[in-house]
Amino acid sequence: MIFLTKIRRTISMAIRNLWLHKLRSFLSVLGIIIGTAAVISLMAFGEGSMQDALEDIKKQGLTNVIVTSVKPPEEATSQRRSFVANYGLTDDDHRRFVETLKNLVTATLPMRVFPAELRPVTDSRLYNGRVVGTTPRHAIVYKLENMIAAGRFLTEQDEEPIPRNVCVIGSELAAELFPGEDPINKTIRISGKDRAFVVVGVLKDRMPNTSGAEIEKYNGDMYIPLKACRSLLGEISFIRATGARGAEKVQLSQVVLTVDDSGDTDAVRDRVRGVADIVRAQLSATHPKKDWDIRIPLDRLEEAERTRDRYRILLAFIAGISLLVGGIGIMNIMLATVTERTREIGIRRALGAKRSDITLQFLLEAVVQTTLGGVIGVLVGLSMVFLVPYVASQFNYRVPAAIHNWSIILAFSVAVAVGVLFGWYPARRAACLDPIEALRHE
Amino acid sequence: MRVIARVENLTKHYFLEGEVVKALRGVTLSFEEGDFVALMGPSGSGKSTLLNLLGCLDRPTSGRYFLGNQDVSTMSDDQLSEIRCRYIGFIFQSYNLIQQYTVVENIEVPLLYQGRVDASTRRRCIRLAEMVGLGERLNHRPTQLSGGQQQRVAIARALVNDPHVILADEPTGNLDSKTSDEIMELLCTLNEAGKTIIMVTHENDIAAWAKRVVRMRDGKVESDVRTAPLGISGSSLASVTP
Repeated sequence: MIFLTKIRRTISMAIRNLWLHKLRSFLSVLGIIIGTAAVISLMAFGEGSMQDALEDIKKQGLTNVIVTSVKPPEEATSQRRSFVANYGLTDDDHRRFVETLKNLVTATLPMRVFPAELRPVTDSRLYNGRVVGTTPRHAIVYKLENMIAAGRFLTEQDEEPIPRNVCVIGSELAAELFPGEDPINKTIRISGKDRAFVVVGVLKDRMPNTSGAEIEKYNGDMYIPLKACRSLLGEISFIRATGARGAEKVQLSQVVLTVDDSGDTDAVRDRVRGVADIVRAQLSATHPKKDWDIRIPLDRLEEAERTRDRYRILLAFIAGISLLVGGIGIMNIMLATVTERTREIGIRRALGAKRSDITLQFLLEAVVQTTLGGVIGVLVGLSMVFLVPYVASQFNYRVPAAIHNWSIILAFSVAVAVGVLFGWYPARRAACLDPIEALRHE
Repeated sequence: MRVIARVENLTKHYFLEGEVVKALRGVTLSFEEGDFVALMGPSGSGKSTLLNLLGCLDRPTSGRYFLGNQDVSTMSDDQLSEIRCRYIGFIFQSYNLIQQYTVVENIEVPLLYQGRVDASTRRRCIRLAEMVGLGERLNHRPTQLSGGQQQRVAIARALVNDPHVILADEPTGNLDSKTSDEIMELLCTLNEAGKTIIMVTHENDIAAWAKRVVRMRDGKVESDVRTAPLGISGSSLASVTP
């Protein structure tokens, strides 16, 4: 009880002393303020962008193994304009995957993707989009359950028994081809083909996938049943781009293998790796020209997590340095204060203050300073975290930020700890002054 | 009369730049309750050293010091702080008030270190301030007060813990003669009320207020005489006894 009264009195005394030298106190804790604010804001921005990246990867499904067709290098550099490039994954490959992996893989999603000029049948409007031949499973793998803006996604009935010429379109495609109209039941034609597809569904706006080598935008996609794609459009797609004109024959652009996710994390992890190895071995044997690639989101996740850990260590290091600098500032000013107030220390000692009382007094003065510095630093840091993304959004930049409660607690408690650590020596020095000498001090 | 403080064969040696300075060379004195003692002597005679030892600000090299019934000559630093806090009141030449505190808060400081600060002790501080004539200036800071007023605050502060003994180190050294007389009158009043006062001075007319004059030279007691004190009413030089 006596101790608490003492602490309370000492704190109010410390605050009064600091208030007496407002500018000096502010300058001496500026280091702490900047350090704390930097820790909070850097952590928030770092975590924000990392979370974005991790979300991107998770969206691809951590139990998926994604096999894609890649144009082999010798054909990419081919000079022959009219050559039909024939490469990539085939239906046979897909069939083999299903057979050899049936115990490990719960489902597969074959896809055929090619760029195309899309236009409404009744209009001359034009949009350069993508045609994606796929199956109803697409909605599950790409988590589209809640992304349907109107109508529905593809269903089994669109594939069997007879492929229907229906399509589901992305939000941007819908807005470009049918401005101000309801796209449902409108028809879309693919340039160079004589088939039209009836719109049965429209998707909501989707975030582009930025985790791959190329940014994959989904909002200009037109999804049609894979079987319809094959039987109605043929296997050759023509590419008309600036400076190049060609044709490609690619049976499947991509196959997503969803690995059985039963069992614990490690088991799933090993199973994913195992599937990837089998796929790799199989494709190496059947595709002598390297026209395929394999992506394992799980690997990317682990890599991203390692990057995040490295970033955190770096940040802790920077935080440590800035708070060290702040602490030295505090120590410096406290040593000056002790010298300046030597006589006061002598008076207090003569009137009965123990060494521990003097230590407590100066230690609390330092801690009060760094605590206030910490509070101000947290506030400055938080306002940066809210302000910077806002300002950036005015210039159409996206700055992701994620505040962690523990980063606030950490920054704040480190600030307080700095006060204790760097206030200790000056406080002990004050306490160990000889009272007689101190009283004589001018 | 009861003996309130007693030193036996007290010595104090300092080490100054490799040389031993013998500030006290065996001092034996006893002080009775209610006494008013003037410690006199030229500079270097050891009177300040003796006062520091009596005030428990320092420990003797050898010899014993009893304050009340306690032997304080071998106590630890913390114990000495405790003794200063409870049993000793200090009055300094340069007042030694804490600049950032008000009058009342300055008076309160010794109680702060006893850990007893509450509304009733605050009232006691205010009463003491009124007693020394500063009832109107409770919330003034030392810089807003004259030297005499500051010394009154210091006296009130020396009384707040109801000490066994009040130690005054040249209490009028920084004051003009009129203010000095006022301060000495105040000390006399306190002495008459039963307070024991030990005062260091080198001025005869200040020493004349005391009941007993101890003269020191070269770290020893040179003379120790009881005198007829001036009393509160007579403050003229004519009545000074040699």
